[in-house]
Amino acid sequence: MAFPSQLGFQDAASPVMEELLTFHDHALMIVFMISALIGYFIIAMVTANLSDMYILDSQEIEIIWTVLPAVVLILIALPSLRILYLMDEVNDPHLTIKAMGHQWYWSYEYTDYENLEFDSYMIPTQDLAPGQFRLLEADHRLIVPAESPIRVLVSAEDVLHSWAVPALGVKMDAVPGRLNQTAFIASRPGVVYGQCSEICGANHSFMPIVVEAVPLQQFEDWSALMIQDA
Amino acid sequence: MAEDIQTKLQNYRTAPFDARFPNQNQTRNCWSNYLDFHRCQKALDAKGVDTTPCDWYKRVYTSLCPISWVQKWDDQREEGNFPGKI
Ligand SMILES: [Cu+2]
Repeated sequence: MAFPSQLGFQDAASPVMEELLTFHDHALMIVFMISALIGYFIIAMVTANLSDMYILDSQEIEIIWTVLPAVVLILIALPSLRILYLMDEVNDPHLTIKAMGHQWYWSYEYTDYENLEFDSYMIPTQDLAPGQFRLLEADHRLIVPAESPIRVLVSAEDVLHSWAVPALGVKMDAVPGRLNQTAFIASRPGVVYGQCSEICGANHSFMPIVVEAVPLQQFEDWSALMIQDA
Repeated sequence: MAEDIQTKLQNYRTAPFDARFPNQNQTRNCWSNYLDFHRCQKALDAKGVDTTPCDWYKRVYTSLCPISWVQKWDDQREEGNFPGKI
C-alpha cells in the first residue's frame, strides 16, 4: 500500500517484487557511487588553485573513463536481464485468471472449472466506509490463493488498458484482441492495490485493481459461494 | 489410451505450459485449442468413436480464452461465418 510522500517502492508482496527491490537498490547504489565520485572531482577541480599539467591529452584517463562505464553498465544489465527472464517464466500455474479491461472497470474470469465471471467497479468516495481508501477500493476484489503460482491473462474489450499491481511487481498491457500472459505468487494473505496504467479515457483514474490473497481453504469457500450466487 | 485421457482430465487444474507458446502472447494458444477441439470432435464424429479425448482441448481453451471470445466464435460457427478452418 502506498503512503503519502512516499519515496521508494511499496513493500514486496511477491517473490518477483523482492527481486525488483533488490535490483533497484543495487542500481541506486551505483548511481550514488558515481554521483559521489563525480561530485568530488568537480569540487576538487573547481576549488583547486593550480591545475595538473598532465590532465590534458591524457591517454590513461581516457581509457579508464571508457572502460569503467562499460563495466558499470554490464553490472547493471546482467541482473536486469536475469529478472526480465524470471518475470517471463510461468511455472506450472495452479490457477488461470483472466483480467479484462473495460471503459471503465475491470472484469475477472475464473474458468478452469466453472465459468465464474464478475465485474470490479471502484467504490465512489461518498460510499466509502471508514478506513477504506479513496479511488482505490473496488466492490468486488480479485481473490487469489496465497502462496500459489497464478497465471493472469490480460486483455481488453474496448481500448488499451494496463493491469498493474506495484506490490506484486506486475504491470501488463491490456490490448483488445490479444491475450497477454503474466504470473505472480502472493507471498502471504493480504490486500494489495493497483490502478489502470494506460490512459484509457475519461474515467481512467477510476478503475482501480484490488487483489486479495487468502489461504487456499478460504479461496475455495469464496469461489464456491460465488458460483452458487451466479 | 482412453484411460490415460480420463486420468489426465481428472487431474486437470489449469492449462499447463505449452512449448508451442512460450511467450507473453497467448492469443494463439487460446485460438489453436479452440480450433483443435472442434477439429477433433469433427474427426472423431466422422469415425463414429467416443469424443472424450477432445474434452482436453475444451478444458484448455475454456481456461485460456475470454468468455466473450468463445461466445463470439460459437455464434459465428452457428451462423457459418467462423473464420477458422474446422
Ligand atoms: Cu483503463
